[in-house]
Amino acid sequence: MKTYLPPKFIVERDDSRCIRCEVCVNQCTFDVHSYDTEDDELRSREENCVGCHRCVVFCPTEALTIRENPLDYRENYNWRPEVIEDIIKQSETGGVLLTGMGNDKSYRIYWDHLVLNASQVTNPSIDPLREPMELTTYLGRKPDRVEFGSLGLKTELAPQVKLEVPVMFSAMSYGAVSLNVQESLARAATEMGTLWNTGEGGLHPKLYKYGDNTIVQVASGRFGVHPEYLNVAKVVEIKIGQGAKPGIGGHLPGEKVSAEVSSTRMIPKGTDALSPAPQHDIYSIEDLAQLVYALKEATNYTKPIAVKIAAVHNSAAIASGMVRAGADIIVLDGLRGSTGAAPKIIRDNVGIPIELALASVDDRLRQEGIRNQASVVIAGGIRNSGDVAKAIALGADAIYIGTAALVALGCTLCQQCHTGKCAWGICTTDPWLTKRVNPDIGARRLSNLLRGWSLELKDILGGMGINALESLRGNRLHLRGVGLTDTELEILGVRMAGS
Amino acid sequence: MKEAVTIDAKGIFYRELNAKLRKAVSNGTQKIELRNVYGQRYIGTDLDKPVEIEIFGTPGNDLGAFMDSPRIIVHGNAQDGCGNTMNNGEIIIHGHAGDILGLSARGGKIFVREDVGYRAGIHMKEYQDKKPMVVIGGTAQDFLGEYMAGGILILLGLNLKEGESHKANFIGTGMHGGAIYMRGEVQEFQLGKEVGVTELDENDHQILSQFVGEFAAHFGYEAEMILNNEFRKLFPRWLRPYGRLYAY
Repeated sequence: MKTYLPPKFIVERDDSRCIRCEVCVNQCTFDVHSYDTEDDELRSREENCVGCHRCVVFCPTEALTIRENPLDYRENYNWRPEVIEDIIKQSETGGVLLTGMGNDKSYRIYWDHLVLNASQVTNPSIDPLREPMELTTYLGRKPDRVEFGSLGLKTELAPQVKLEVPVMFSAMSYGAVSLNVQESLARAATEMGTLWNTGEGGLHPKLYKYGDNTIVQVASGRFGVHPEYLNVAKVVEIKIGQGAKPGIGGHLPGEKVSAEVSSTRMIPKGTDALSPAPQHDIYSIEDLAQLVYALKEATNYTKPIAVKIAAVHNSAAIASGMVRAGADIIVLDGLRGSTGAAPKIIRDNVGIPIELALASVDDRLRQEGIRNQASVVIAGGIRNSGDVAKAIALGADAIYIGTAALVALGCTLCQQCHTGKCAWGICTTDPWLTKRVNPDIGARRLSNLLRGWSLELKDILGGMGINALESLRGNRLHLRGVGLTDTELEILGVRMAGS
Repeated sequence: MKEAVTIDAKGIFYRELNAKLRKAVSNGTQKIELRNVYGQRYIGTDLDKPVEIEIFGTPGNDLGAFMDSPRIIVHGNAQDGCGNTMNNGEIIIHGHAGDILGLSARGGKIFVREDVGYRAGIHMKEYQDKKPMVVIGGTAQDFLGEYMAGGILILLGLNLKEGESHKANFIGTGMHGGAIYMRGEVQEFQLGKEVGVTELDENDHQILSQFVGEFAAHFGYEAEMILNNEFRKLFPRWLRPYGRLYAY
């Protein structure tokens, strides 16, 4: 069938700069560039271009420019080019449209409507260059009260995990991303005193040595879950849902289940790794409690158990149930949470913005007097340390980053993760491509990112006259809203700027 | 080190009971007898030695969840989640078992003398020599072997009366690995779309005679009497049942 899809991008090659080195040919994984030996000319198949800019970055003479195809259809606000192209794709395939990364639609980003406070005159700001500033965060259940005896603390504490920086790497499974990506994340987390998350794909033997900085996931497919896997980790996370696809399971396509991937998922090579939509032992809060305590038993009460849900309409009530079910950490993944593959219609239409979910969950747990019983971690589109500071002021204990970490490794959000052809070598298991992420360099890029954010967080705190992140946590008086309605301000629990 | 111990579980909360089990196993105990078990959960979880645990009474949910090597014998019925994500070992139940028996099991063997609840064997999986195996003496409820990705599920229907058929619907829905062997009547409409039905070959007969033999030895049946009946094999028609679902 002839496709009616026009090229999405235009490839411009400056022939006076091109030296026929064929770097673009070798770097492109979507077969855009090719070299014609007879005519000594490079040609482009623009219809294949996904706009990942791998060729642009690696072209040694900067001969390439990739521009979006303007696709000047007749102006129509309802029938935008994307809408038209999706219909064309489905009429040619009859399938569920798949995509990668997070929701790219123009839902309001509340971080951009929240501003932080600073000290002026009436209380001094602190200079983080000369005074100690603390970002240390402890995740885990905190006691209702503490008792001291002659030998110090008498109260028995639930297991706590110490983070030097309140930013962790979100769940990305081996199979979705490559082993080199996971190794980069694990090494950076170890170096910076934070945690990375295996996702639902098991743990490669090469990464067991980073166990002290590892969160292992138990999700509906239970891939690679066995006693050794649970015991090596610092935290065990039960995954109920994901912001990019609330209520949906995962299908890792058979093509991505290579021999190596099959060894950590522990399924035969080439079969689909199907994660059912629900966990079939969890149909209620009581059932969740059963799995939480099964994992506590399986790890002899030595580590916190986290439960991750997608932020949805009833998150606050669900979160309350999760805490009562024994979760030591609850994780909320918002509307803009990312994925290696999800139905586009789900990614773009299901779930609620993380800012609103966080505010309402934190409120609800406080109202019920159980906020101390679990740490709250959020995920889903956190872009920089400003977002982190605002999230902490709204009530988060720590933040997961996924997309930001991948961008540090080269990702340009071309949203082709589900194809397994990632030209940046991130979201692929093709051995030729995975070499493009060198764990030495990857770990350095990620550590640099976290270091930069830590310094900025200290600057933000110092400006507020605060010397510990703990003093900002849940302190919404340090936030003001700009351009928000009364209802939005009420849900966020912040006042209008100027008031 | 003690060869065998008896623990009276009467009135003990599961956390305390399991702590006792951990301690006994780490002391090198080979055989543990649990008396007066009344619904305590997670028995056998976090045990990783081939200890034998004999249970008298009714163990609670998630019996042997995440278990790695013990052999558990239940003189009574098991509840839901028995053998949940089990890694290795053996569970022998002289009675019935509840829902999601062997959920996501990755290895080991489960024998149930009587009936089981819904979704038995759901999402069992196998890898190389790790191959979970479940034998059910009676019948099962709906969604038997749903999403099955590996392992062997044997349904014997020994308590079906003359002319009575299995009642389960949606058998093997979403199945993409492993095999289900069934004795007793089952109609086409009771099967999931993803399973095919075939006669047994030589290899299948070998598998059956081995595991039915073990089943018969556990519960005092004549293996030959069971094996002389007609069996059918259900198999996944595709390794990738949902491969054609998507547009790229």
